[in-house]
Amino acid sequence: MNSSVDSNVQVRRATKSSWGGLVFGVFAIAALALAPYYLGRGTQQSLVTLFAFIVMATMWNLLAGYGGMVSIGQQAYLGIGAYGLVYIADTLGINFLIAVPLAVIVAGLMSIPISFLAFRLVGGYFAIGTWVIAEVIKLITVQFPVLGGGSGISFSALTDLSPGRRIAYVYWFGLIAVVLAIVVTYLIMRSRLGLGFTAIRDDSIAASSLGVRVPYSKRIVFIVAAMGTALAGAVIAANTLRVEPNSIFSVQYSAFMIFIVIIGGLGTIEGPIVGAIVFFALQQWLSDLGVWYLIILGVAAIVITLFAPQGLWGIISGKGRIKLFPVGYTLTSSELLNSLAIKSSEESARK
Amino acid sequence: MQWINALIQGLLLGGLYALLASGLSLMFGVMRIVNLAHGTFAVLAAYLGLIIVQEFDVSPVIAIIVVVPVMAALGYAVQRGLFNLSLKRGGLSPLLVAFGLAVVLTQGLQEVFSADTQSIPIGALAGESFEIAGDLFIGVFPLITFVIGVLVVLALQVFLSKFALGRAMRAASDDSEAVTLMGIDNKQVYALSTAIAFATVGLAGLLIGMRTQFSPTFGDAILIFAFEAVIIGGLGSLWGTLIGGLVLGCAQTIGAQINPSYGVLAGHLVFLAILAFRPSGLLPKVVSSR
Repeated sequence: MNSSVDSNVQVRRATKSSWGGLVFGVFAIAALALAPYYLGRGTQQSLVTLFAFIVMATMWNLLAGYGGMVSIGQQAYLGIGAYGLVYIADTLGINFLIAVPLAVIVAGLMSIPISFLAFRLVGGYFAIGTWVIAEVIKLITVQFPVLGGGSGISFSALTDLSPGRRIAYVYWFGLIAVVLAIVVTYLIMRSRLGLGFTAIRDDSIAASSLGVRVPYSKRIVFIVAAMGTALAGAVIAANTLRVEPNSIFSVQYSAFMIFIVIIGGLGTIEGPIVGAIVFFALQQWLSDLGVWYLIILGVAAIVITLFAPQGLWGIISGKGRIKLFPVGYTLTSSELLNSLAIKSSEESARK
Repeated sequence: MQWINALIQGLLLGGLYALLASGLSLMFGVMRIVNLAHGTFAVLAAYLGLIIVQEFDVSPVIAIIVVVPVMAALGYAVQRGLFNLSLKRGGLSPLLVAFGLAVVLTQGLQEVFSADTQSIPIGALAGESFEIAGDLFIGVFPLITFVIGVLVVLALQVFLSKFALGRAMRAASDDSEAVTLMGIDNKQVYALSTAIAFATVGLAGLLIGMRTQFSPTFGDAILIFAFEAVIIGGLGSLWGTLIGGLVLGCAQTIGAQINPSYGVLAGHLVFLAILAFRPSGLLPKVVSSR
């Protein structure tokens, strides 16, 4: 990854912490991948819930943290992914491994016309607009008896497998979804598109005057986020074996995504992962207290937004000094810094 | 006759939606804040009204007289304490803070009042109606809410155009820096705007609580309806918001006339149609760059 611009200057992407992160990541994934051999079924199912949170939060972060679009309607795609998987695998009888990508593609295709409607609105009105669209999709879904109407539908494509095997397969499916979501986000942010997003975030007008295709870039991210969120929906359907409209299309999922990302750290790849783990732990720990965990998380999200907008990952990483996923560039050269200092002193001397 | 009836009921409902939407419209107009907790505050006002009517056994009018100023004071405090701070942070913070507030408040209401549906009792008034033509009845209470809603929206419009504070609000909306040069305290103007917005949303919440059943999560629907009224009418004008509320109300009652389960969906579809074909709304103000 190192490319030499000048003999003295090095432009690098990877840092020491990112190499460490890579090693850690490989070990973590390997340990997680072997989990069905040493963890109980209940624990595996809980972990799949965590995986679904990581995927949907990573996608929400892609939208808001990088694209600047706050959506409270991502549950639309959770529903499309979940219902899509059940319909394609059960009703159409297509193999699970093909049904999942098909459901994800359907969500991506549906998000294209939706983006044209939603992009008429900006800021807070965009947020509520996406929510209305999610409500419309729910209200239309319950009109179809083939999708179970208002009471929902069970997922039975995997019930031929023995429970232990099925749970392990779903677990690996969830783990693959996490890896996919993170890798795709990472690749997007390293690409030209990601660079454009950084420019849009800093100054949208200046970015467009420099040739960044602002609406196009936003639409791409909107579609990718829809597909990723649909993948999370498919994971939820496969894990819970049941899809109910009032649950999968609940705005509470958006609340989860938003709180996870804010608490973990908006606009970083690591943030949603950290946030999802914290969220999941709190949810398990405070489950006896009913809805209190949401109140605590909501207050935490408000406080973090106002006083520590970089979130937990910002605090852990020392405001970004540690990077597990290097998406930017780092210039390293003591001679470069010296020459810059000489230049500026020459300039001031000329004046 | 059914359809005319649905239309009339829709207009009566629409007056209430317009009142509901005016606070959202006002806060966006002055501060560019989209208060995602708007609906939840309406529900909060309804619960406060319910407590007063039930615990002290007084008339709903007393509840309105007490709760509306309380909501105004709450609005002032929320703006001073929370929203002004989030505006200073800039970026996505105002939106995220408002969303956090909405969730915390909804869950809090659920914890205190449970998820059961409630209604503020208004006695015999609830059932009273009169005949305007053969088989066409108008409920007295829906008519009262309609009149209150329309009058408050009109009063707000007059206030914004004729009174010094109203002009200061519009000026703060146009150029918040120039306004401070004119010796106006921005933060105070913002706080007073939010106080007015909360007073209207409080009134709307009380009237809704008297008209229908509500529960803590009803704020979600209220926020969506208020938002749809604002967008259908066109941003930045209270006249538009009034029209938007009436159109939304009619869409919902006519939709429900076709099939009882289509009411809300019909409202959403009219909103989406406006978004697709007339995105600046039915009655747009001259569009500024933002």
